[in-house]
Amino acid sequence: MPPISIFMSILEAFCFMSLTTFLQHCLTGISLGGAYALIAIGYTMVYGILRLINFAHGEIFMMAGYFMIFSMATVPWYLAIPIVILGTIALGVTIERVAYKPIRTAPRMSIMISAIGVSYLLQNLSTYLFTALPRGYPEIPVLKSSFKIGPLSSSFVTFFTPVITILLVIALMQLINHTKIGMAMRAVSKDYETAQLMGIKINNVISFTFVIGSFLAAVGSILYFTDRMSVTPFSGTLPGLKCFVAAVLGGIGSVPGAVIGGFILAIGETFLVAFGYSTFSDAFTFVLLIVMLLVRPTGLFGEKATDKV
Amino acid sequence: MKKSTKLLCSFILIIAAVGLLYYLDNNHIKYLYAISILERSAIFAIVAVSMNLLNGFTGLFSLGQAGFMAIGAYTVSVITIPVGIRQSVYYASGINSFIAKIELPLPLALLLGGLFAALVAALIGIPVLRLKSDYLAIATLGFSEIIRALLASPQLAKITNGSYGLNKIPKYSSIFVPFGIATICIATMVLLIRSSFGRAFLAIREDEIAAEAMGINLFKHKELSFIISSFFTGIGGGLLAVYMQSIDSSTFKIGITYDILLIVVLGGMGSVTGSVFAAFLVTASREWLRFFDDPLTIGGFQVPLFRAGFRMVVFSVLLMIVVLFYRQGIMGTREFSWDGIFRFFVNLPKRFMKKKKAGGTANER
Amino acid sequence: MNGNVLRVENVTMQFGGVVAVDDLTLEVNKGEIVALIGPNGAGKTTAFNVITGVYAPTNGAVYFNDELIVSNHPQGKMKQLYQGENKEKFAAVMEKTPDKITKLGIARTFQNIRLFKNLTVFDNVLIAKHMRTKSNFLSATYRFNFREEAQMRKEVMDLLEMQNLAHLKNEIASSLPYGQQRHLEIARALATNPSLLLLDEPAAGMNPQETIELTSFIKKTKEEFNLTVFMIEHHMDLVMKISDRIYVLDFGKQIARGTPEQVQSNERVIQAYLGVEEDA
Repeated sequence: MPPISIFMSILEAFCFMSLTTFLQHCLTGISLGGAYALIAIGYTMVYGILRLINFAHGEIFMMAGYFMIFSMATVPWYLAIPIVILGTIALGVTIERVAYKPIRTAPRMSIMISAIGVSYLLQNLSTYLFTALPRGYPEIPVLKSSFKIGPLSSSFVTFFTPVITILLVIALMQLINHTKIGMAMRAVSKDYETAQLMGIKINNVISFTFVIGSFLAAVGSILYFTDRMSVTPFSGTLPGLKCFVAAVLGGIGSVPGAVIGGFILAIGETFLVAFGYSTFSDAFTFVLLIVMLLVRPTGLFGEKATDKV
Repeated sequence: MKKSTKLLCSFILIIAAVGLLYYLDNNHIKYLYAISILERSAIFAIVAVSMNLLNGFTGLFSLGQAGFMAIGAYTVSVITIPVGIRQSVYYASGINSFIAKIELPLPLALLLGGLFAALVAALIGIPVLRLKSDYLAIATLGFSEIIRALLASPQLAKITNGSYGLNKIPKYSSIFVPFGIATICIATMVLLIRSSFGRAFLAIREDEIAAEAMGINLFKHKELSFIISSFFTGIGGGLLAVYMQSIDSSTFKIGITYDILLIVVLGGMGSVTGSVFAAFLVTASREWLRFFDDPLTIGGFQVPLFRAGFRMVVFSVLLMIVVLFYRQGIMGTREFSWDGIFRFFVNLPKRFMKKKKAGGTANER
Repeated sequence: MNGNVLRVENVTMQFGGVVAVDDLTLEVNKGEIVALIGPNGAGKTTAFNVITGVYAPTNGAVYFNDELIVSNHPQGKMKQLYQGENKEKFAAVMEKTPDKITKLGIARTFQNIRLFKNLTVFDNVLIAKHMRTKSNFLSATYRFNFREEAQMRKEVMDLLEMQNLAHLKNEIASSLPYGQQRHLEIARALATNPSLLLLDEPAAGMNPQETIELTSFIKKTKEEFNLTVFMIEHHMDLVMKISDRIYVLDFGKQIARGTPEQVQSNERVIQAYLGVEEDA
């Protein structure tokens, strides 16, 4: 019997699903993975440079959602998207300048607490400004249109997400590896003090890192929320945590790692829901995290470092 | 200050406090609101001090408090809801036959809740405590969420009532219960901190490698700190359940851990007095700041910004100010002392004079 | 077997591509003062770190009073020795974390002074007594151990008095001048009741006067506490005056050993410190 039929029979027997359903789930998973990947990159880059877990990143992602709602109310979508992106970048950089820069020399715990504080502030600010009730996310006609490849059909955005994710990641890797600013970023993440001594303008590098992270979060936000009905002030919490886990999975500090981590997490989560364990789909993320931290704390692509005594 | 004077002052303070509580207790209908705030403060004080024990004194940045509170809360709820009405609470999926008959008085239930939380902490600690600080934070956060998911899961519904949560939890009889328990718990933690083991915790916080070189087994002591902290966190959670009389898994989302963290930061990481004080300050302020939520009119002019939700924004901004500019918190690492209070008041006029003399340019910071 | 207090046998310590310590063998006998010298980066502190269990060596073993305390990772050569009946012994050895080694009687100071910065002078030394406590946390919390606690405090005061630090007992450690911080670190190490004292550059940053005082202090302490001393040092006057024997390290390898006189006139040693003359 040809292998594909064997595969299909196994699929049917163990997963109670047909090939089409399986592929449909794969598609959903990969699409979600793209969005997760873009957000995870933001975490991993900031951690690589500042050794800071930017707890507020999930909230930046959420605010981008709200920016879209309000932009689309006034301007057409081809203007709204750049506005959202610029707005999110402004937000990210402002947060860095106001909440992280002043305490860069403080012990690590203080900066993490600051990040938690910013996250808290953004949630409360959103609740105040937009109320806790879900706000409907606007439809971008191009993205929401129905699209088919073979037996799989979904909204266009589902197909589009992984594609644009890959394109952006490739562009980013080019930036990191083949430009001057990219080299500066790599230097700073390797050795903060020495990079400064070599004349690299630390503040600019750090701001630029936040620019990229926020840009990707904005794009990820558009792709993520398009397929969801609404945004609430707490829409960023869980995706934020999950994407951080994805970054840790892949090896915190590694961009390709974050991407892979995002995809692994999303696909796992999608299939858990598909098999009916939706209550555990969130806990699954953390189980994966714990396992990773115990077995291989540096993640799939991370590097080991020994401390000098 | 002479030792006898200090003793006298402490004695007076305690009598005054007990007297106040007694008065409130006897007039509890009139002071329902104030009592409610005080009780909630006392409960958060316990959890704040236990978090400080772990984060501030041992230097282990753990964000798992919500999970341990949940364990304590559920344990206490499950065994204190009167057997007679349990069926009505578990109307959806029925109740596990073993626990259906167990009913214990509150102190025992709290002890059990604390022990159960401590047990889970012991298990979690083994893998998690070897991680570096950032990873420890995320791992404990993760476990907190896992615990919460488990408690709400349909699989455990016969014990925890799944996503419906537990209600009709009987409340305690007087204000002395939470305050009494808080006093005992916090006193124990203070004694621990000042003992040889507490000093070992401080050593671990200051310099792990040096501590190890001085014969302190890192894992054993970190695990000890983690277990004890979680024990009291569990008790705090149990008390919270009784206070609220109804809980479900959403009560123990990560947000509550952040709340406690911000209380500890405000009070000063490494100060028990600070945590207690901040717990009361924050809980009370939350209520006082409520006026930010209502529209404010001054002389017929409607002040903008004042509407629902503004209170929390103001609160978050104040917290950010503390985090950015007053990292040490209110107390830093200092503790309550009569000498300190005496000095504070004696120096006040001096400091005032200094500022005036220098033409207002003297900066104390 | 040999009656020496410390024996380092063929220890190699490799970090990735860097060989910090290369096949080092040395021994320290009871009551001796032995010095380990060599240019910066020669691997001296790394050797200390292996001996105290901070690093597990890539190869080799360390014996304290003929008891194996540190051995290499299972993948190395030592594995063969510990099959069969010796397997238990091996498993026990692999568990020797630095705190256990300290409990056996080896105490150390650090090159870069690792005091408990925000704690008082008294507490810094008192903490070193904790490992000797026989009570568990419950009895300590509820003060059932008050006798033991009082005893520990007395011992700490005695040590501080010896070091001329008693008047500073409530000062915060980081506020002390450098020289006194070094003395405090030594006092703290002594509080663990060691039989072997490892000093990592105890005279670093001291002026000549302080160094002379330190020299007599080390001698006095050694006699009073019946210690064996193994130290890393750069101040040659201190080393030459006080050491019974010296080992010289360069690039991780032992290049010379012997009495101070022997080492002083050793060609290789001179070359290592001053460099080889270039051919004109």
